[in-house]
Amino acid sequence: MAIKIIKRKELSFWDQTYLPMLFSGLWITSRHFFRNFFVQTLNLFGLAKHLKGSYTFQYPEVQRPLSKRARTRHRLTQREDGAPRCVACMMCETVCPARCINIVAKENPDPNIEKMPASFDLDLGMCVYCGFCVEVCPEDAIRMDTQILDIAAYSRKEMKLDMKELLNPTTAYPVKK
Amino acid sequence: MANIVIDGKSFTVKDGITIIEAIDQVKSELPRYCYHPGLSIAGNCRICQVEVDKMPGTVIACNTRVAEGMVIHTQSEKAKDSQKVVLEFLLANHPLDCPVCDQAGECKLQDYYMEYGVYDSHFDETKVKKTKKGVSVGPTIMLDQERCILCSRCVRFGDEITKTHDFGIFGRGDRAKIDIYPGKELDNKYSGNVADICPVGALTDKDFRFKMRVWYLGKQESVCPGCSRGCNISVEFEKSRPYHLKNDRVMRLKPRENKDVNQWWMCDEGRYAYKSIDQNRIKAIKASRMNPQWKDTLEEVAGILKKASLSAWGLIASPQNTNEELYLTKRLFLDTLKWKQAAFKAPGQDGFEDNFLIKKDKNPNTLGAEKILNLGANEDMTAIVEKAKRGELEGLFIFNHDLAKIFGAETLKVIRQKVKTIIYQGTNLNPTAEIADIVLPAVTYAEKDGTFTNFEGRVQRIRKAVEPFAGTLPDWDILLNLAGLLGLTLKYLRPEHIFDDLAKENSAFKEMNYKKLGNTGLIWSQ
Repeated sequence: MAIKIIKRKELSFWDQTYLPMLFSGLWITSRHFFRNFFVQTLNLFGLAKHLKGSYTFQYPEVQRPLSKRARTRHRLTQREDGAPRCVACMMCETVCPARCINIVAKENPDPNIEKMPASFDLDLGMCVYCGFCVEVCPEDAIRMDTQILDIAAYSRKEMKLDMKELLNPTTAYPVKK
Repeated sequence: MANIVIDGKSFTVKDGITIIEAIDQVKSELPRYCYHPGLSIAGNCRICQVEVDKMPGTVIACNTRVAEGMVIHTQSEKAKDSQKVVLEFLLANHPLDCPVCDQAGECKLQDYYMEYGVYDSHFDETKVKKTKKGVSVGPTIMLDQERCILCSRCVRFGDEITKTHDFGIFGRGDRAKIDIYPGKELDNKYSGNVADICPVGALTDKDFRFKMRVWYLGKQESVCPGCSRGCNISVEFEKSRPYHLKNDRVMRLKPRENKDVNQWWMCDEGRYAYKSIDQNRIKAIKASRMNPQWKDTLEEVAGILKKASLSAWGLIASPQNTNEELYLTKRLFLDTLKWKQAAFKAPGQDGFEDNFLIKKDKNPNTLGAEKILNLGANEDMTAIVEKAKRGELEGLFIFNHDLAKIFGAETLKVIRQKVKTIIYQGTNLNPTAEIADIVLPAVTYAEKDGTFTNFEGRVQRIRKAVEPFAGTLPDWDILLNLAGLLGLTLKYLRPEHIFDDLAKENSAFKEMNYKKLGNTGLIWSQ
């Protein structure tokens, strides 16, 4: 492969004083400030509703609204009797590029279902939120629609979810509309 | 001999064989369900359709004999169309439960659908449901009638190989189903084979049920150590998910084709004996000092052996060890240390034998031990044990044998009181290992390379499937290190090199090497 040498651009005198860049930065900041200030004031009086100024969410008390398509924390869907829909076919475990899923299968008492997970462990610390597990699932048993994004924990161990937590995802704040 | 043409290439094959046999001989591809080289021809699955010039329509390859000048097409449009149509009929009543089916991943229906089918279903009717789903038909096998495609391989296996006549096809038309005869149970010494020959998930193995998806498995060709037959097997182990390994690494054993030894089969006893590879193993060295390491333990052993007098020590070698290890045992103990008392044969340990595969000698390498150690009449260990009981022995070096099982716990107790030093080298925990002064943890046949000699003198390779546990070493490695400490310098890097020397020295193994042994082994030249 040919080597291409790119010369670094020499700074001119004005560049070396850093003043032009300083003023251009100040210009951007104040543009945002005055635009927001102006738009929010207008909105306060019920004017110019089509314009929107930026605003702050009081996270974590208030959750930021997410798109319905956003891939958020996983959950396992349930049958009518509360049992997991999962049949432990291990498709998600096989497709998972982060290798964060570990399923152990067991016999289902219902011979028409045959198989169910004895344990379903998911390590959020390893998950890359690619959503392959949801795509590959033949039973619609795993979904990533809980709208829970935070996985803050004091240790990696606490980021591991077992089947109980995956079936009842309640650990984070409920989404406020 | 007949000259035939398969897919444009000409071959000369034996007269009177079937087209499918010819196709297999020239290593061409053709789908099949009911055809199995070890069973009679049924011709009822109809998938092996081929087109033969000057014959109307297509014919099934498994029940058409080759003739001089036959021109066979397996890939022509007509042949492929026939195969596809047959596959669609076979799948008409097949449930879509691949996610819960243990066969998924090694299922011929899945494979052939992707290879020969890939059609849009024309089937508008409701599928005929069979009654039995996930029903136990014996101690080892589960039956699922829905998944069955009525190839009748299991019926023929029971009729022709085991002669137990377990399975039958009941009902007619699309209500026909495979079942076990009323009041019967599939409980014979070879029942596990029906799960192997079932091309779909109708008969599955209970032991393997839901344990693993087959695509995670790695395979290694090996030889069953369960008896002196030396059935060719493949050791199937957890390969793709080492990060999820809990306890068991080896998941199952499957028979491997070797027409001269076990054909396509293996017995249940050998099939389910793999658990000793992972369970109840000796993983830690036991020696006089606390927290012993390999180096200082072997030095301690070498120190003891150096001081030992020739006549006061007894060696009990093991026919569970490979030829290479027995050769090193001989070089070290018999040639260098010149011990007078050595034996390997355990008395009264004969088990079940039949006239098919199972042999009464439950050791894989008795013949190898006989030939290599060359002990003649002294090979029985009773004399040594009697001496030990009388207190005439100072020490014992035991490979793998459990004296409590052979001579009873009382005898072991007496031996422990009378014999000063007992060194044990073996793989699994047992009473003898518990009472030994020094325990050297060795590895099982799935964790090392080597060769076994079966009852007819066939030398066959075993291969390393999984890594040894931390803290354990292969017997040959332990013996090599020990030999080095005792002044016998042997420059072997692998068992292969040991075998080369063995072949040079021992006339039975003359002109053999690992490359020549290959996958099926070689018989002693005598």
